[in-house]
Amino acid sequence: MFDIIKKLAQTYGPSGNEKKVADAIIEMVKGKVDEIRTDPLGNLICVKKGNGSGKKIMLAAHMDEIGVIVSYIDDKGFLRFSNIGGLPPLVILGQRVVFENGTIGVIWYEEDIDDMKNVRIDKMYIDISAGSAQEAEKLVKIGDMAVFAGDTVKQSGRVISKALDDRIGCAVLVQLALNAPKTDNEIYYVFTTQEEVGLRGARTAAFGIIPDMALAIDVCCTGDTPGCKHMAVRLGEGPAIKIKDRSVIAHPEVKDRLIDAAKKNNIPYQMEIMLRGGTDAGSIHITAGGIPSGGVSIPARYVHNTAETVDIKDVENAVKLLESFVK
Amino acid sequence: MKDALKNLKQLTSLDGISGDETAVRDHIISLIKDYVDDYYVDNMGNLITYKKGNGDGPKVMLDAHMDEVGLMVSHINSDGLLKFQTIGGIEARVLVGKRVRIGENRVPGVIGLKPIHLQSARERSGAVDKKSLTIDIGAKDREQAESMVEIGDRVAFEYDPVEFGDNKLMAKALDDRVGCAALIELLKDDYEFDIYGCFTVQEEVGLKGAKTASFQVIPDIALVLEGTTCYDVPDTKEHSMSTVCGKGPALTFMDRSVIADRELVAHIASVAEKNGIPYQYKKTVSGGTNAGRIQVNGTGVKVAVIAAPCRYIHTPVSVIDISDFENMIELAKKVLETIPVSINLYREQGGKTNV
Repeated sequence: MFDIIKKLAQTYGPSGNEKKVADAIIEMVKGKVDEIRTDPLGNLICVKKGNGSGKKIMLAAHMDEIGVIVSYIDDKGFLRFSNIGGLPPLVILGQRVVFENGTIGVIWYEEDIDDMKNVRIDKMYIDISAGSAQEAEKLVKIGDMAVFAGDTVKQSGRVISKALDDRIGCAVLVQLALNAPKTDNEIYYVFTTQEEVGLRGARTAAFGIIPDMALAIDVCCTGDTPGCKHMAVRLGEGPAIKIKDRSVIAHPEVKDRLIDAAKKNNIPYQMEIMLRGGTDAGSIHITAGGIPSGGVSIPARYVHNTAETVDIKDVENAVKLLESFVK
Repeated sequence: MKDALKNLKQLTSLDGISGDETAVRDHIISLIKDYVDDYYVDNMGNLITYKKGNGDGPKVMLDAHMDEVGLMVSHINSDGLLKFQTIGGIEARVLVGKRVRIGENRVPGVIGLKPIHLQSARERSGAVDKKSLTIDIGAKDREQAESMVEIGDRVAFEYDPVEFGDNKLMAKALDDRVGCAALIELLKDDYEFDIYGCFTVQEEVGLKGAKTASFQVIPDIALVLEGTTCYDVPDTKEHSMSTVCGKGPALTFMDRSVIADRELVAHIASVAEKNGIPYQYKKTVSGGTNAGRIQVNGTGVKVAVIAAPCRYIHTPVSVIDISDFENMIELAKKVLETIPVSINLYREQGGKTNV
């Protein structure tokens, strides 16, 4: 499982440019599913056929990760940029970023600012070790995207890495596809695009499938660190069954089925009410004539930072929970 | 190109505040009806035109929005002055001291302000409170005002287009009559594949018309023709200038509504380079366009934006460089000529390929 997580987390894939992640997933699941396709937004849709009498179940995890996009190159070779997805400005200072071609950049700020509170993204730049605009343009172009660097490591049963939002969800679905649970239902393993910029890929993916039921597999925040906001989810105490976030209220039947599946199989679980952030379920549930949707979330600390942290037991239990749910 | 500029000037002198685009739409119909195979107006007011292609290419949607920012009469005071709401993004400082015209009959009015002699020092230097502004239509009381205008009437700026300086055009509503005028030109040519030219409504209040238009068309590819922000005035750091007036039409890689299709944008840039058409990238990730709505329609659409830089956008005196407008038409034409052979539509993978 850790190998799958590591491979996916270290693959380059900012919003709108997820192809490498899709290719890595195809390598992992081919032969285990009956059909693999993509759509114009780049969503990867892997279908495991049922026996015709079951339901269509869509399981969605997004492939894209937060990053930066180059908007300007100055004559000394420094890059200006904008955010892709939600980036807290103070968190990205001093970080390394990596472009698709491997070019590494360092983010720093205009030091004549008098108060660090005023350090916004338009006061920051990326240094890619170029001495001039010409040198810089050999390495990157306007519109090129970079992702944050951050090793994937294991420690005391936890995984620390960049991009666990949402490669951990992708890893859960890959593992589930490999386990190939026996079921009458038709399972759509959907790896979506552009979640971080507004749940965009999931919308067209769901429209192309129109499933009977859908789950978003994503991360959720926790309430177990010093001085954090109140939230009744803790790392290591089981996958979280979504009740609501800012984008969706889980369909009660979907939520209850998840709880039943967990209880029946003695899988630890927690209930998630996330105060900030949304998930793909937000755009799936209002697709076409409406799709009953919910979510299974992996509790994660430090979401949208370069050292997001999850507990491997929660990940394994999420796979188990989904396995019994789809049956 | 003479025609294009004439059409553009004519279009900016018509009023089409979001939700009330009839005058603009009727004029566009009169200009395009001989060039298209079919056209209709949908329930929202979008004008959807169709040109059958000669071959087997993709289905291409071209979008330009007919609506412009403006005001709406919301209340008539007992003294005959009108209170109003803004439609689309307009800031109060832009409104003060402007001539306007109201409703179908174009009743003249002015957005007044307290004379400088009577203002306190704070009033002179502080921001303008939108709520304190009223429109004066010269009526002596509410009764007389009610005989001239109605609540709900749209209010447009009374500013005629003017060509000036070095090939510049100053006008209201250049956002997005530049797109409309460009789209009219594009519809005059024949193409290999089916073209849906969509003149959409209510973009300025949340990209609404494009949502229903693209639902009807279900395109493979969409090209959005826009007027975009331009901030190349003194004291701006170059990296904060979104576009530069006169340096060619702007391509969007990302804004708040969309990440443009990378393959399509790269294709447009290469077409521009091959044909020696100047172009630039919009250097800030700001604003939104209909591309954001169209992209997530159905099972997904490959989208890109070609936009003319507009200085002082969303004011009655927005300014374009006429060469940017002309190059926008030229570039879009060349792109349409080359799309069928060069774009991967994922058709071969679309639900069929087994790995």
